[in-house]
Amino acid sequence: MHTLNQLRPGDRGVVQGLLGDSSLHQRLQEMGVIEGAEVEVVRIAPLGDPIEIIVQGYHLSLRKAEAAFVEVEQGC
Amino acid sequence: MEPESGTSRSVGVVAVVGNPNVGKTTLFNALTGLNQVTGNYPGVTVERKSGQMKAGGCTAQLIDLPGTYSLAARSPDEMIVVDVLLGQQSGEKPVDAVLAVVDATNLERNLYLVSQVKELGKPIVIALNMTDLAEKRQIVVDAETLAREIGAPVVPICAHKRIGIDSLKQAVIEAVCRGRSDSIDGPEYPKALLDEVAALEKELNARRDTLGRPVQNMEAFRLLVDRGGYAEQRLKHRVPDLLGAPLDERRTRVGFNGSLAAVEARSRYAWIRRIVSAGVRKPSTRITTTSDKIDTYLTHKVYGTLLFALLMATVFQAIFAWASPIMDLVDATFGGLGDWVGGHMSDGVLKSLIVDGIIAGVGSVVIFVPQILILTLFVAILEDCGYMARAAFLMDRLLSKCGLSGQSFIPLLSSFACAIPGIMATRTIANRRDRFATILVAPLMSCSARLPVYTVMIAAFIPAHKIAGGLIGLQGLTLFLMYCLGITIAIPVAWIVKKTLLKGDTPPFLLELPSYKLPQWGTVGRKVYTQGREFLWRAGTIILSISIIVWALSYFPHSQSITQEFDQKRAALEHAVMSDTEREEAVKAIDNEESGAHIHNSYLAAMGHAIEPAVAPLGWDWRIGMAAISSFPAREVVIATMGTIFYIGGEVDENSDNLRTVLQTVERPDGTKLFNIPVALSIMVFFALCCQCGATLAIIRRETRSLRWPLFTFAYMTTLAYVGAMVTYHATTWMGWGA
Repeated sequence: MHTLNQLRPGDRGVVQGLLGDSSLHQRLQEMGVIEGAEVEVVRIAPLGDPIEIIVQGYHLSLRKAEAAFVEVEQGC
Repeated sequence: MEPESGTSRSVGVVAVVGNPNVGKTTLFNALTGLNQVTGNYPGVTVERKSGQMKAGGCTAQLIDLPGTYSLAARSPDEMIVVDVLLGQQSGEKPVDAVLAVVDATNLERNLYLVSQVKELGKPIVIALNMTDLAEKRQIVVDAETLAREIGAPVVPICAHKRIGIDSLKQAVIEAVCRGRSDSIDGPEYPKALLDEVAALEKELNARRDTLGRPVQNMEAFRLLVDRGGYAEQRLKHRVPDLLGAPLDERRTRVGFNGSLAAVEARSRYAWIRRIVSAGVRKPSTRITTTSDKIDTYLTHKVYGTLLFALLMATVFQAIFAWASPIMDLVDATFGGLGDWVGGHMSDGVLKSLIVDGIIAGVGSVVIFVPQILILTLFVAILEDCGYMARAAFLMDRLLSKCGLSGQSFIPLLSSFACAIPGIMATRTIANRRDRFATILVAPLMSCSARLPVYTVMIAAFIPAHKIAGGLIGLQGLTLFLMYCLGITIAIPVAWIVKKTLLKGDTPPFLLELPSYKLPQWGTVGRKVYTQGREFLWRAGTIILSISIIVWALSYFPHSQSITQEFDQKRAALEHAVMSDTEREEAVKAIDNEESGAHIHNSYLAAMGHAIEPAVAPLGWDWRIGMAAISSFPAREVVIATMGTIFYIGGEVDENSDNLRTVLQTVERPDGTKLFNIPVALSIMVFFALCCQCGATLAIIRRETRSLRWPLFTFAYMTTLAYVGAMVTYHATTWMGWGA
């Protein structure tokens, strides 16, 4: 089991859930980062943060600190 | 429905909603044409846009609501969308129907908002936009199936090509007239959640007198689900026995570890998945689009950053180089106008007021409109094509270290055109602390109103040399560095403010990166026109008022004894033995001396002399000091002020015909030049760092709902400006640049 911030560009995974308790959760969920959603890491910003992912079919950028809340099972 | 204005029947009010970046504004413009009105909602500063949509003999009033991903509001601005849809926004008519704009290439995320809006129970029409982009990605959307599954009309359109607009208009009119929504089921929720929402709704409505209005089911839902949301924040003080801690107890009672937002999201996306699986066919492998390929370069580790810097530098050089021919034309036009009017009026107060006060004042500002429009054009294009989000992506690491976020980039970049829309753009930053920190440093971005100061000083005093083998112009480089100065100072300011006045956790950065689109020239043109008009409006009111006041201060008391003294000198010339040419030149010399004598005896001079000791450390004399002080309400008046002071001053040479030349020749009492490179740089630094814009301070007050923040902004920026100018003057003088 990994968290989203640990994936590298090109890696894919399925969201298993959100870790901890944060007001960020609701925003992540509204944007489609929910249990069962497929995610792909597209790239990392030139300065090393944030990352860009594809989720629910669109491009979303989020910081690694935020991606650390997202538990993913790598694969598919 | 009753007839209105004879030809068309008014059928009702329609709210236009959608996620950011779905083309909602482009569609709104297509539906309403020029029948638009812009205003503000009372109590908040979200812009209100409404317009008349005409179709088949009927008229509907459209309200363009701010783009939002969700109705879970966290701020007063986000709450506007909810309040308008619920029909409880003061000053707004109840909504009869909703037009939801969705992106056909991104239906899953877009339908989230639709599922929330649908639960309001109002008629809804879905505009399926960007069907052309969906086609490129081989995404096949069956509008009829979607309509059947969602329970609302789905009209495929392509707003920027105006495809499907007539069908959409017809569907909207029919929806308003139908007056009720279909009863197709939306997302399914656990019974425990629905029961708790119903109970809360009932108990809140029992306190209707305290709340002052009824509470609808949807609002009760939001109160329960949105922990820490704005809906609860604004009501909990009125009914503390129901909201706050008691509400947390309700959440715990529902179960799911109190995380009801997860329950909502799961239910909504399950509903969306069912709909999309029925009505949408996608390729098994995601098609790489042109937009994706472009991003390979524009967000690349090396190329992306270089292209970003190159783009910014191009903007600055364009502002300087492209505008020059137009500026010269404006200068000649106003100069000619002044000469013509002056030639048709007799000498006296009125002539001086009109020629030296009004025409010179307005001309000194209008001449810089071309640069403002060019800058605004660049900003609008970058925003409209989608590059702004990439800039935020590239810059977030940097900005978040200063206590801001990549989302701050767009407001800060907008502030280069004008801090006022830049500060208003901070509304998109949901986190209050991020937003306030951005607001406090936005005025440090060199706005278009600073351009007049930079341009005059650079053109007059920075040598037109090329460095780095002829690749870089020194004047362009100086302009670029003035822009960098504001950014450089903003970094420590934002960091300090975030660590002290605005302490707290780091807010999240969740930003969609939309597909690139060709800019919509209608949208871009509208923005450029609005910026130009607003600047000219200020030129026509605040700036003109101050120009007249400054003229009056520099003209009066216009002592009779001084006039008589010079009249005697002119009379003496009539009897002197000299040629007509010599007499004409001698009269001009006496006229100049007289002008100088009057201005040195003016109220402005008295004020200037009083503050001269304070501005001497900056390398300034009373005339520069007075110009700077008079610029505090609106910094762009400094050019008009200096134009007034130096054009009618005695130091003006016979052949001087524009401000640049005048500034290069004016002298101090001891005969040395008043302006040199250190003085020019000192003035530019002062104007770069000082907040000389009453309108900006007023906007800060509105956006922060406090007098404290604009006062703080004024104090810290004035201090920075004074210290910065002093350091600059003495450092560059010491380096020998003052020769």
